[in-house]
Amino acid sequence: MNDSRVTPVLRLDGVEKSYPGSPPVHALAGVDLEIRTGELVAIVGPSGSGKSTMLNMMGALDRPTAGSVWVEGRNLSTLSDRRVSSLRGRRIGFVFQQFHLIGGISCVDNVATGLLYQGVLGRGRKAAAIEMLERVGLGHRLSNKPNQLSGGERQRVAIARALLGDPAIVLADEPTGNLDSRTSTEIIDLMHELHEQGSTIVVITHDRELAASMPRTVALLDGRVEHDSALATR
Amino acid sequence: MTATRIARRELSRLRPLDVLRVGSLGLRARRVRTILTAVGIAIGISAMVAVLGITASEDAQVQAELDALGPNLLEVIEGDSITGDDILFPVEAAGMIERIGPIRFAAQVAPVPASVRRTEFIPTGQTGGIAVLAADTDLLAPVGATISEGTFLNDSSTALPHVVLGSVAADRLGVRSLDNRPVVFLTDTYFDVVGILDPIALAPDLDRSAFIGATIAAELFDADLSPTSIYVEAADGRVDDIRPLIGPTIRPHAPDEVVVTRPSDAIEAREVTSDSFRSLLLGLGAVALLVGGVGIANVMVISVLERQGEIGVRRALGATRRHIRLQFVVEAALLSLLGGLAGVALGAGITVAYANREQSVVAIPIEALALGVGAALGIGALAGLYPAARAARLDPAEAVRPN
Ligand SMILES: Nc1ncnc2c1ncn2[C@@H]1O[C@H](COP(=O)(O)OP(=O)(O)OP(=O)(O)O)[C@@H](O)[C@H]1O
Ligand SMILES: [Mg+2]
Repeated sequence: MNDSRVTPVLRLDGVEKSYPGSPPVHALAGVDLEIRTGELVAIVGPSGSGKSTMLNMMGALDRPTAGSVWVEGRNLSTLSDRRVSSLRGRRIGFVFQQFHLIGGISCVDNVATGLLYQGVLGRGRKAAAIEMLERVGLGHRLSNKPNQLSGGERQRVAIARALLGDPAIVLADEPTGNLDSRTSTEIIDLMHELHEQGSTIVVITHDRELAASMPRTVALLDGRVEHDSALATR
Repeated sequence: MTATRIARRELSRLRPLDVLRVGSLGLRARRVRTILTAVGIAIGISAMVAVLGITASEDAQVQAELDALGPNLLEVIEGDSITGDDILFPVEAAGMIERIGPIRFAAQVAPVPASVRRTEFIPTGQTGGIAVLAADTDLLAPVGATISEGTFLNDSSTALPHVVLGSVAADRLGVRSLDNRPVVFLTDTYFDVVGILDPIALAPDLDRSAFIGATIAAELFDADLSPTSIYVEAADGRVDDIRPLIGPTIRPHAPDEVVVTRPSDAIEAREVTSDSFRSLLLGLGAVALLVGGVGIANVMVISVLERQGEIGVRRALGATRRHIRLQFVVEAALLSLLGGLAGVALGAGITVAYANREQSVVAIPIEALALGVGAALGIGALAGLYPAARAARLDPAEAVRPN
């Protein structure tokens, strides 16, 4: 299934990240990883092992200290901040543990923000947002503000926002971290559903059981890939 | 699908309308804070607009009064005599001045040695400080006087026992109307009151006078008819030409003993008195604006700190540093604009209230309104620069991290 002639959606090549200090923190100590189109990958590892740091590298939110990150064949280190921002907006969707919805505006407007910086007209953004909210099962909560929603509903809104504009990959950093187990299961089910519809998704989770249900699991330890189920089976 | 470059059309962009939407979002979400922050600017702008409005209204009022009362009026009176003798202006003084040149009217009044009482039964001492004057029949025009009731003296009545009362004189004599053909008692003769004047702003002395014809004044009371005041109305714009010629004309051998005043100068001088008050208000307005601007900067810095998550998410959704900077500069400018608009309305309101109290005309220069709105926008944008730069500098990974 892993055809090496096809460019991976995402490739980390000896990625290192250190934070200055005494002593300096080596959050990532050389990570090699490839994610291919259509994959659903769980990232696991103890707290402080570098999961979030790695995800930020993958999503071009942060730049590595050494090594290189490739998104759809583009080496991020060669791109200006403006171009990296544009790439993030168009090709990568983010989902965060604390949702990061914008307060004071409706669900539709929150989701529509996903297309705001792509120059799409307001009406087109809104229509796309409504469609996406219906897809994640929130067609009945369109005009509610985030503070009127449950945690699970908020995370669905965030997922809808991430999916808008058809990104090449969705990166989720502990999307169920603030949710109870039943709601978590619903969100993970939604991830599976989206995966079956063709989305490429990387999810950080602390839940071993959840991770076990994913087609591929990558385990980090002390800033290195300790185990990758995709490599182990080969 | 995997072009290794990023095409121009794929670059992030924010439509102008969306800049306004995004920039007003933070204000709509935190209304109380928005209003409280805008108050400082509103106070500053309202002070500025009020000062400009009140100044313009006062100017307009002075101009209106000058226009109504004749900026061209000159009053000629006796000065100090060098020799100590009484100065006697020639009986023909008004006529002599009229021949100088561009003059509309010249009319004179001469004192009459007579007392005026309501009836013969009132003791001689109680004349109420009313002067009896022999007046030219064309006195009203140059002093801008108007008749309240009846008529003024005319050529056919200068020999008749007719009297016209100034407003204060009429009041003191108890003559409220001409309905019952009132009479007053001048020394030893009853005179018919044929007219009552309105108050005369430019020559208040005349309000306390009773006017009779020159002929009867000379006949009955032996008045010498040498004028003590001559009222001259120059043609438009010629006041300064005529003024220096009056002394030499009526008193060639001692022109310095003639004093020529311009009553409207006193009205114009009124402006000067409020100048310091104006500067004070302007200063206060400037301080309020400064404090308001600092307040906006302060609130925006706090807002940026609170909204790190939002900023991070926007960066994740494709916003460039420039888009983030723009959002917060626009937010600060809109916040200040809100205060500016409120301030302009308030300042206009203050101007109207002030004008009403002073019974002055209302004049609010459109420039003052534009200046108020413009200043508010400018101050807001300036105050937003630093917070916006901080927001734009935020590291996106840092901004989305749970705290
Ligand atoms: N801005 C920073 N400055 C200094 N050290 C940092 C910074 N960000 C992360 N680190 C450190 O880098 C290491 C990896 O952090 P990271 O957030 O990636 O861990 P994680 O695997 O996501 O942990 P968790 O499961 O608790 O979220 C940690 O030791 C952390 O303290
Ligand atoms: Mg983490």
